[in-house]
Parts: sequence; structure tokens; C-alpha cells
Amino acid sequence: MTLKSMLLSAAATVALTPMAFADAHEGERGRDGQLNIIYWQAPSTLNPYLSGGTKEVESASLVLESLGKFNETGELIPWLATEIPTVENGGLAEDLTSITWTLKEGVLWSDGTPLTAADAVFTWKYCTDPNGGCAQSSYFDGVENIEAVDDRTIKITFNAPKPFPYTTLVGVESPILQEAQFKDCMGAAAPTCTEANFGPIGTGPFVVTEFKANDVIQFAANENFREAGKPAFATVLFKGGGDAASAARSVLETGEFDYAWNLQIDPTVLADMESKGLGTVVTAFGTSVERLHINQSNPDPALGDERATLKHPHPFLTDSRIGQAMSMAIDRQLLVDIGYGAGGQVTCNVLPAPEVYASTANDSCKVQDIAGANALLDEAGIVDTNGDGIREKDGIPLSVTYQTSTNAVRQDTQALIKQWWSEIGIDTELRNIDASVFFGGDPASPDTFQKFFADVEMYTNNFAGVDPEAYMANWRCSEIPSPETQWQGSNMQRFCDPAYDALVDKLAQTAGIEARAEIVKMQNDMLMQSYSIIPLIHRGGVSAHANTLGGVLMSDWDSELWNIKDWYSTK
Amino acid sequence: MTDMTPELEKPARSQWWDVWAQFRSHKGALIGAFVFFLILFGVLIGPFLWPYDATTIDIRSRNQGPSWAHPMGTDQLGRDTLARVMIGGRVSLAVGLTAMFIALILGTLIGVLAGFFKWLDGVLMRLTDLFLALPLLPLLLVIIMLFRETLSARFGPEGGIFILMVFAIGITSWMQTARIVRGDVLSLKEREFMLAARSIGTLNSRMMSRHILPNVLSPIMVSATLGIATAIITESALSFLGLGFPPDFPDLGTPLARRHRLLAAIP
Amino acid sequence: MLTYTIRRLILTVPTLLFISFVIFLIVKLSPSDPTANLPLTIPPEVREKIRESLGVNQPLTVQYFLWLKQFFWLEPRIMLENWFGWDLGTEGEIRLISYQTRSPVMDLIWQRMPQTLWVVGTAYVVGILIAIPIGIYSAYKQYSIFDQAGTFISMVGFSVPPFFSGVLVIVIFSVLIPTDSFWWLPSIYDTTHEVVDWESFKYQFRQMIMPVMVLALQITAQISRFARASMLDNLNQDYVRTARAKGVRERGVVMKHVLRNSMIPVVTVIALGIPGIFGGAIITEQVFKVNGLGQLLIIAIQGGDVPMVQTLTFIFAILIVLFNLIADVLYGLLDPRIRYD
Repeated sequence: MTLKSMLLSAAATVALTPMAFADAHEGERGRDGQLNIIYWQAPSTLNPYLSGGTKEVESASLVLESLGKFNETGELIPWLATEIPTVENGGLAEDLTSITWTLKEGVLWSDGTPLTAADAVFTWKYCTDPNGGCAQSSYFDGVENIEAVDDRTIKITFNAPKPFPYTTLVGVESPILQEAQFKDCMGAAAPTCTEANFGPIGTGPFVVTEFKANDVIQFAANENFREAGKPAFATVLFKGGGDAASAARSVLETGEFDYAWNLQIDPTVLADMESKGLGTVVTAFGTSVERLHINQSNPDPALGDERATLKHPHPFLTDSRIGQAMSMAIDRQLLVDIGYGAGGQVTCNVLPAPEVYASTANDSCKVQDIAGANALLDEAGIVDTNGDGIREKDGIPLSVTYQTSTNAVRQDTQALIKQWWSEIGIDTELRNIDASVFFGGDPASPDTFQKFFADVEMYTNNFAGVDPEAYMANWRCSEIPSPETQWQGSNMQRFCDPAYDALVDKLAQTAGIEARAEIVKMQNDMLMQSYSIIPLIHRGGVSAHANTLGGVLMSDWDSELWNIKDWYSTK
Repeated sequence: MTDMTPELEKPARSQWWDVWAQFRSHKGALIGAFVFFLILFGVLIGPFLWPYDATTIDIRSRNQGPSWAHPMGTDQLGRDTLARVMIGGRVSLAVGLTAMFIALILGTLIGVLAGFFKWLDGVLMRLTDLFLALPLLPLLLVIIMLFRETLSARFGPEGGIFILMVFAIGITSWMQTARIVRGDVLSLKEREFMLAARSIGTLNSRMMSRHILPNVLSPIMVSATLGIATAIITESALSFLGLGFPPDFPDLGTPLARRHRLLAAIP
Repeated sequence: MLTYTIRRLILTVPTLLFISFVIFLIVKLSPSDPTANLPLTIPPEVREKIRESLGVNQPLTVQYFLWLKQFFWLEPRIMLENWFGWDLGTEGEIRLISYQTRSPVMDLIWQRMPQTLWVVGTAYVVGILIAIPIGIYSAYKQYSIFDQAGTFISMVGFSVPPFFSGVLVIVIFSVLIPTDSFWWLPSIYDTTHEVVDWESFKYQFRQMIMPVMVLALQITAQISRFARASMLDNLNQDYVRTARAKGVRERGVVMKHVLRNSMIPVVTVIALGIPGIFGGAIITEQVFKVNGLGQLLIIAIQGGDVPMVQTLTFIFAILIVLFNLIADVLYGLLDPRIRYD
């Protein structure tokens, strides 16, 4: 060995150490054997248009793909398309009413037939069929027409200017289906196509070999996948069932599985498991915020049919000083420590992400200030007049009912907040409701979150993708649930301000990220300063993967498994 | 014969005296009774003697192991576990015992009637089949939807839920007892002593209370013992599912199931 | 006896129809919603469309009669077609569809059958096989060490819920014991596993050990208590003394006379339990991720999947009615004095 080659190899060792991983995961397709994934809530179908659940959408993402995806930083990247259309590159019309996508060349379905623009057109027709009950139809809102200009060119026309046009056929929720497979499954015939719904043909890195609803899915590498040498795994076992704790155990303690999803368990338990050294907990933050809604209408049962409608404002919660005091009394960091661990961050905004939209005007809430809250109420003349420890406003004692869905973390949060509120002279009655009732829209049940027959309620909401326009429109006056709308609507706390509605309209006509961000921040601050909504925790997804699994880029903007084609084993 | 009189004058020992004598001679039974009364004492008197309150949150001392100050440790919010177990045990025992009594009385009544009167057998047993077949969880959801508000308004949130739970558990767990009792009664009815009793003109009601009931007592006792346990576990499960008491109310279900139950996904 | 059995069989039809209607009412009235589990990002109008397409908003009676027709007329024909390859003209008719999976309910049920029968069925058989000898022997040697131990074990078995005992055995056999050890057992049941040879049978056996034993412990506890109590009742009867006086061997007295006479409550409990096999064991299935019928039912309940809940509960009802009938017939065989006619 010459000196030169020795030096070279030494240099190579030094240089290659960090790259060793990168190098080890190049190779032929299917070289790494089986990948075991556990989703403790099992997927019930693989057709994301028939079920909008996260578990179905994410499991289908191994097979079905869309024109563009969001990466782990929330940036839109081309996937089946060659590039992201913009006004600059001519893909997006100047007047924002049409967008033109170009498909990559030579993309094949897993059955060997080519992907064409006609499939995209079909997908649009499939989801917008009035009898189909398509769960993702909101992704096609405002679409006037989708046409196949040629085999690789898709032109989407909107019925009004669309400042953010990257929703249709973009992201994990609206992938492209194969026309040949689904053409007899339109509308009311959708459920008769069990075989297609359970085994869609896709362009993704894997194909379905066996599907057992709510139990287990087996995938194999797609032989016709467009990238050579990918995916690294020959098969995927996608198991469902059990609970979050046992899913975490199977990755972090027994090592039977390589990847586990949605591990919202006691942070100390999770940390204990992780310390065994078999796996790693990963988190990603999207837009989910655990929040309190403060009812602006009166939920008193004596009001009968007019209960919890705007006809009767709430006797004391419409006073924003009370809402502010309630917010100040909460130690958000403690809530994170006890219930969420790495899966939560303190937030003072209902819209904490993406970065560009996050306001900094409300950050004072990050620190608990019980003395300040008491002073605020004293100053407002809301004091305890009869010596029972509870303050009164105009003779009405500040007693609130505080409801949420049944979930151990939420019940702990309830207990803590009750304690803090008692320290500022507010009496709280707690109530928890089964999630299938609370989030179910049954108009016959008094316990749904839309009816809001309580003073305070707590849950998490978020929006898909990266554009908050539709989400911020939730708080228009017209979105208030009431008997006239069969209690449908998303403005739970019954916040109503014409100035806010004007901002919503303005946002819909504004293009350009800077200008949009400015409006969104104003909206956020308006909501926050009304204290009709009190954000608590910015929640992230928590998952775990085995230390022998490489390539995981956890994301909350798209499917967690969005880059599974790049995953590899270091075993 | 004067020396015999004392014995003759001694009153006949009652049935309950017999039971007590037998009970006393059984060491296991005595230990069991002692433990039971200890638990009863603990949950009834204990909370008055114990310095910690079951609902006070002391965040600095959360997740502690057993110590002198907290013999059973503290939970994830720093509440004293022993205090919670004592209060929770009181509720669980009350719910368990009451619900078990309802179930037992219903079950025995239906079982005896069905076994004894042939013309009632068909109807009552089909009713039993119906109740056995009902899906418990949707049934409870319906009961709670229909009655929670009215009962809460009349008896307060906790009293209302107590009545609801006892009622719900009671009417959904009497069927096994009924089936077992009926089976035994069917067989007893054909025994010679029943024929004898009937031939001297004993009334049906008396036949049932004097001859049938004492003879089916042992399966009823087994049902009762197993029934209390089932009722308590059901109560815990219901509370955990959010169908029971308010969430900050100390009960045994939540801490028991806390670490092993699924958390609903987002949202 | 035969006429009684036939009369009862005929009577089951109206009974079951009535039961099916009551179940339907309860399931429909309960306030859970098929769209409740969807992410909140799906707007209310879309949810309403989904409900519409599922037929949730049709009148109650229409939905009930549709279910009746599908369950009693269409599905049996499809079953026959699949078994015998006949053509009964079911092509194109809408089958009984589950809300959650949008696929035929009956197919899902058939798919879940194997693991349910393997795990819960085996546990039941094991449980009975252990419980009856324990019950007999405990009663025969009342207050002996064996009896005390039996009482203690059944007490533990009954009062420790499976979510505790299940997790305990997982921690012992799957976490603490190293994976390559002979004693290590898989904590997750693989439902795709097929038994083809000795090796795969061994794996199947290993993955069944923990769930079966956890379940069997509970079943044993319950049945052995009833067996013991009932044996005790009979051991002191006059006919036992007579039999002994006649010189029947002790074994014969216990096993033939006493056992047969004390089986009535035991038969009742077992008959009530067998439909439970079909109902699955919700918690044990969840702990070991067996994903049998119990898990199917609980997911359907949580998801407001009316057709699935209705069908599963109704099949459960059929089995209950049937096994209670069998128990009644068995009473007559065990104790010929019982006459129904």
C-alpha cells in the first residue's frame, strides 16, 4: 500500500463516517426485507375518498400519490408533477383562476399501464359525484373544470380567483386514482367495489397484497416504481389494534415492530420506554392546537329551544376581562409537562404555524399569573360579595361547566384548570363525554361539541395543508351553529364580529404570502383578544421508530409516511 | 327426671344461630369477614381521619412512590392515592352492592317464577334472552342520553349519576342468576319433598319461600359474590369511558385503567 | 321432549324478530355518529353528504326492513352461492354494507372468525377442562389445602381484570425475557399467520399461549366456583348416603351420581358462555392485538357503524337463544324428572 493510498483511505474514513449511513442505503429494490409498522387504530379501508380518517389516508399513502406533497418543513415539493406551477413559471394563470400541472414522464401504475392526465380528471369526477359521499370533496371546492390538455398536462380551472391553488390533487388527502380500476365505482356504486377500495392500484412505492379491514395490511414493493433501487423494503406489515401504550412498547421495549404511530401516552412512561435504547421517539408539529372555547351564548336549560343561541348572550363570559383572567390563571407549561411531553408546546395563538402566520402579540400568556388575574377581576368590580369564595358579576356567581371528550390527558388538564380557576374565584363543574358522541353530529344528543350546552369546552382542531384561509373562516358569524342550521357550523364559541368577517373576505382576494400573513395575524389577534377562545397547547404528532430504521423524516404537514420510499434498514 | 328439664327448656336453636356457628368454625370465612369489615371501616371512616383530601392537587409531589406521608404514593397530578382509594372505594362498594342487590333480586324473582310456573316460563325466559342479547355500550349511551339531564336536575350531578349507574348495571346483569336459578328450580320442583308439600296443601307462595329458595341459595350466593366484583369492574369501566361520574370525582376505575387504555386520537 | 324442542324452535322466530327490532332501536337511538371519528378538518357539509350516502337519514322503519331483507334474504343466498357455486341471482344487489369500511359486513365477520375461534374458543375449552375437575375435587375435599388454594386462585382470577393480567404477562414474557430465549413469547398476535407445517404450528401455539391463558384464568375462576357450590349441595343429599350404603364405589358415587346431579347450574353457565366466544373478548383481544370479533364490535360501536353493530349483536342473540334452548334440553337429559311437556 502506498502512502498516497493510505492517506486517501484515511481521509475517506474520516469523510465517510457521517456518510456511511447514506451509502449503506443505496442498493437494489427490496434488499432490506420486511418493515413492520403498527398503527394502533387500524385502517378500515384504503380508499381515502371513502374515509377521511388519518389512519386510512396515511396507510393509503404507501400506494396512492398526488401531484405534489409537503415535506417535513411544510414546503410544497413536486411529486408526480415535474415542478410546482407558479405565476413565474407560467403554470399558474395571472388572474389566479387556473393552474396547469405537468406529469413526470414515464410514470407507471403498479399494473404496468401508464399514468395519464385522464386519471386526474377521473379522480375529480369520482370525488365530486353527488351520490358518492366523498370525504375529501372540500379539496375540490371552487373547481369548475379539470381537463386533460394532453396525456401529461392537467389544467384545473377555478370558478373564482384562488390565491392558494395548491389543494386540489395535492397532499396526502387527494391522491390520483386509476380510472381503469374505479370507473364502475362512481357515486352510489362506490361501496360495491370492495376489491378496489381495499386494494387500490397506485403509483407509489408499494402495492397491496392483502388487506384485512381494521386489522392488518400487507404490502410488497412496487416492481414498476419509477425510482430505481427504491423502496428498500421488500414487504411491509401494517398492523392495527391495541392501544397507544402497547404500540409504543412493541417498538421501544420488545422490538417486534419498527415504527409506531400516534403515541399520546403519559410522557414519563414514554421516556421510560425510550430509555431501553431500542428505539427513538420522534415528533412533528403541524397546526393542531388544544384550546378552550368560551361560550358567548347562554347555555341555560331554562331557555329551552333558544338555549346556546345568540339570542341570549352569556351572562358573564361575554366580558373579555373574565376570559383574560381565566387565560392568565393557566400554567400551560405544566399542562405540557404532565400530559404531552415532547408532543406539546406552549402556545398563545390559535394559529401557531406555519411560521410566517404565527403572531407574537399574545405571548404574555406563556407565564401563569394568578395574582394578576385576581387583580384584573378586582379592578373590573367582579368580586366575591357573599363570602362563598366565588366571585359574582352583577349578582351572578361565576360558576362554569367545563366539558371535553373522554381521554385521560384531557381529564388531567380539566382537573388542573379547575384548581387554578378556583384560585381566582371561579367555580367549575367538570364533565367528560364519550368521543363518539361529543364529536358526532347527532342533533338528538345534547352532548355534542356543536351544541355546546356548557360554558367552556376543550378539544383540538387544526387544518390540513399549509394555507389557513378556510380555517380562519371558521369564525365568521354565519358559521355559528344554531337550531336553524341543524347545529352545523364550526364557530363553536359563537364569536361574531363584522370586522372579522370583513377580514375573511379580504383574505379571499389577497395573493402574495406577505400580505396574506398580515391579514391572518390580524385575524388571529382579534380572536385572541376577544378571549372567546383560549389556546393552551400546540400539539404535535408523536411516533417512535426502531433505531435500526433509517430515513424517517417525521412530518405533520403530510402523511407521516410521506417519504417511506427512502426508508431503509441499518441492521 | 328433673335433671333433664334444663335441656328441654333451652329454646330450639334458630336457623341463623346454626349459620353463625358454622361460620365461626370456618377460619377462611372469619378472615374474609374481618377483611371486609376492615375495608368497610376504611372507606366509611378513613377519609375523616386521613389528612389529605382526595381532590387537592399538589403538583410538586406528583408521581411519587409509597412513602410515610403517602403510603400508596401520589398520582400524576400529585393527589394522594390512599385518599382517592378510600373515597373511590366507598363509591365502588356502594354502587357494587346496590347494583348487585338489584340484579340478585330481579334474577332470583324471575328465575323462581319462571321455573315454578310453567305458563310464565316461556315469556320470562325469552325476556332473559332479549336482555342477554342487548349490546351494553349503546344501551348505556341511550340510557344516559335520555335520563342524565332529568336525573341530574333532580338529584344533583353525582346523585343522578349514582342512580343511573346502579340502575344500568342492575338491569343488565340479572340474567345469569335468573337462568341458573330457573334451572335449579326446574329440577327441585320434581323432588319428592315438593310433592309432599303440595299434597298437604301448601300455598304456592309458601312453597317458593320455604322450600325452593333455601335450596337454590348456594348458586345465588356464588352469583352474588361474583356479581359484586363484576359490578365494581363495570362501574370502573363506565367511569373510564366517561359514562360515569364527573372526571375529577375520585373513583377506582380511572386510576386502574389509566395506563392501559387507549387515548382517542387527534382530535 | 322432541315436541318441546320443536315448539321452542318455532317460537324462536318471533322472539328473534322482536329482539332484532329492539336491538335496532337501541343502536339507532344511541347518539354516536359515523362521522364522529373523522378529523375536524372535514367540513360539516361534507359530513352531511357522507351521512346521506350511508343512508343514515332515512326513516327508521325503512332502514330496519332493508336490514331484515339483506340479512335474511340476500346474505344467506350469497353464502350458499359462495359455498356451492350456485347462481341464485344475487348479482348486482346491494349487500349489507358496513359504514366504516364500506364493504360487506358478512365478509368481515367471516374474516374475523378464525382468530376468534382459535383464541377465545381454545381458552373456553381449556377453562372448562381445568374448572370442572377443580370444582369437583374442591367440593369433595372441602376446606382442604387444595380447596383453599383453588378458592384463592379463582378469587384472583375473577378480580384481576385482563388489562392488568395481560399487560403483566407481556412485561414478563415479552419485555423482560430476551427475544432469543426459548421462554420469550410474542406480545402481538399475527392474524396473517397460516399453519402449514410443524414450525408454523409451533409459532401459532406460542402466540396463542398468553391470550389463551389470560382468558382461561377468568373462565376457570367462574365455572369452578359454580361447580364447587353445586357439588357441595349434592354431596350431603340422602341419595349419596344410599348409594354409599349400597356399596357403590366412592369414585362411582362422586362421578356418576353427584356429578350428574350437580351439573345443572354448570351447564347453564357454560351455555351462557359459549355465545360469548363469538362475542369475543374485547379487552384481551385488545391487549394482545388479536383483532377478533370483539375488536370488530367495539370499533363498530365507537364508530357509530349501525349495520355492523346490529348484525354482530343479532348473531350473538341467535346464539344465545339457541344455546339456552340446548341448555334446556340438556336439563331434561341430566335430570329426567324435569318434564316440559
